[in-house]
Amino acid sequence: MTEVFEPVIIGFTCNWCSYRAADLAGIGRMKYPPNIRLIRLMCSGRLDPTFVLKALASGADGVMISGCHPGECHYLEQNYKAMRRYHLLKRMLTQMGVEPGRVKLVWASAAEGARLASEITKMVEEVRALGPLNWPTAGAAAALPEKPAALEVPA
Amino acid sequence: MTANGKPKFAMYWAAACGGCEIAVLNIHEKILDVDANFEVVFWPVAMDAKYKDVEAMPDQSITLCLLNGAIRNSENQHIAELLRRKAKILVAFGSCACEGGFPALSNLTTVEETLDTAFFSVSTDNPQKVLPQVSFAAAEGELVIPHMYSVVKSLDQVVPVDYYMPGCPPESEQIAAVVELVIKALKGEATLPPAGAVIGAGTSTVCDECKRARNEKKIKGFTRIQDFRPDPALCLLEQGILCNGPATRNGCTARCPTAGVPCIGCYGPTDGARDFGARLMSAVASVIDSNDPQEIERILDGIPDVVGSFYHTNLAGSLLKASKPTWEEEQHAAPHN
Repeated sequence: MTEVFEPVIIGFTCNWCSYRAADLAGIGRMKYPPNIRLIRLMCSGRLDPTFVLKALASGADGVMISGCHPGECHYLEQNYKAMRRYHLLKRMLTQMGVEPGRVKLVWASAAEGARLASEITKMVEEVRALGPLNWPTAGAAAALPEKPAALEVPA
Repeated sequence: MTANGKPKFAMYWAAACGGCEIAVLNIHEKILDVDANFEVVFWPVAMDAKYKDVEAMPDQSITLCLLNGAIRNSENQHIAELLRRKAKILVAFGSCACEGGFPALSNLTTVEETLDTAFFSVSTDNPQKVLPQVSFAAAEGELVIPHMYSVVKSLDQVVPVDYYMPGCPPESEQIAAVVELVIKALKGEATLPPAGAVIGAGTSTVCDECKRARNEKKIKGFTRIQDFRPDPALCLLEQGILCNGPATRNGCTARCPTAGVPCIGCYGPTDGARDFGARLMSAVASVIDSNDPQEIERILDGIPDVVGSFYHTNLAGSLLKASKPTWEEEQHAAPHN
């Protein structure tokens, strides 16, 4: 029997909508595959493209970014910034040879547990079909050379 | 120390253009201080020397070695390892040594494609399809040339580095200041920064040093300096020119934007930034003046080469380092050495 490939997907959720959607999916006992590892940010606008690149370079097979629907951001319009960054990041990843299906942006309100669960299920199957990403830096990324931390200067 | 008591100095170019060497000579009369305080033992661009002479030197006998250029082939790596053994202080000098520089942009393509372009495209008249071979059996014996790597590396990906001195090339004033500091440190009048530090540069961004007027940024479209006449006093990014200033370490006195040319990020990421292009993408994308995905895509069409624009001199030092096909070629190639 051949082993089924189980992709590892890192999911970035925002505190106000998509993380609560995931919570709702849990409370509602909706099933979605355990392949996604959710990380809560305060806002999708907090998502530095570095996070996505680090996830892929460290061995993740895909990344899902999710936040409040456009126009519904808790911080007014930061999810638009996430959207603009996502479009630019996708172009960069395509040029680097990363399949577009590996990084996805999904809007989910706090009431959309079922929608988030189905989007996660869909993405896991899509990434499973793409196969492992296995970025060659994966082993070494854990031992990235320490870069000096930025000095915080109070305003 | 040599017979005349002077500490030894070496400078080497790996995959580089030679601009770093010119920048060193461009410190004007301070070059006499270098000569007065150091004995230059190895500097291929300035004097004759053989690799075997360096090999014969005792380990740690070179006090200061400035190594510029990326690691592009087996010769670059060999000399980097050799100089690491022989030098007390090894400085990754210039953008290429620090983060791969321009040569690392070939991490978007394979060696096969690179050779194809160089030897078989319109740029070269090569009707017999001659391609350099790594080894050749001549009548006198086997001739060997270094083999090219698929993935271009920065210096610290091959050997440990003591200091990083970014810039394409590093500014001459900064070089002069660093030379002065090292000379003082050798006399016991100053202390060197902690190992791993970025020297000869600031801790802020190019924007901080740029004199152009800045307002709230809203980008409706990207353009280039050859397409219109930019306002000489206004921030270039606000005018739709992709300037790397917001993500780039300062230390160059914002020369390029002052002269009306966008920053290309040669001083590399600031402290705490792990991936230069990601930080720049974050900054630039957030000020695109549209909330409509289709319009955003249309605006982004104004950047024809995303990786080339956001990782101009930093691709080898980025998180992904090279494109997928390049990595695949690297993995299928015969193991190095």
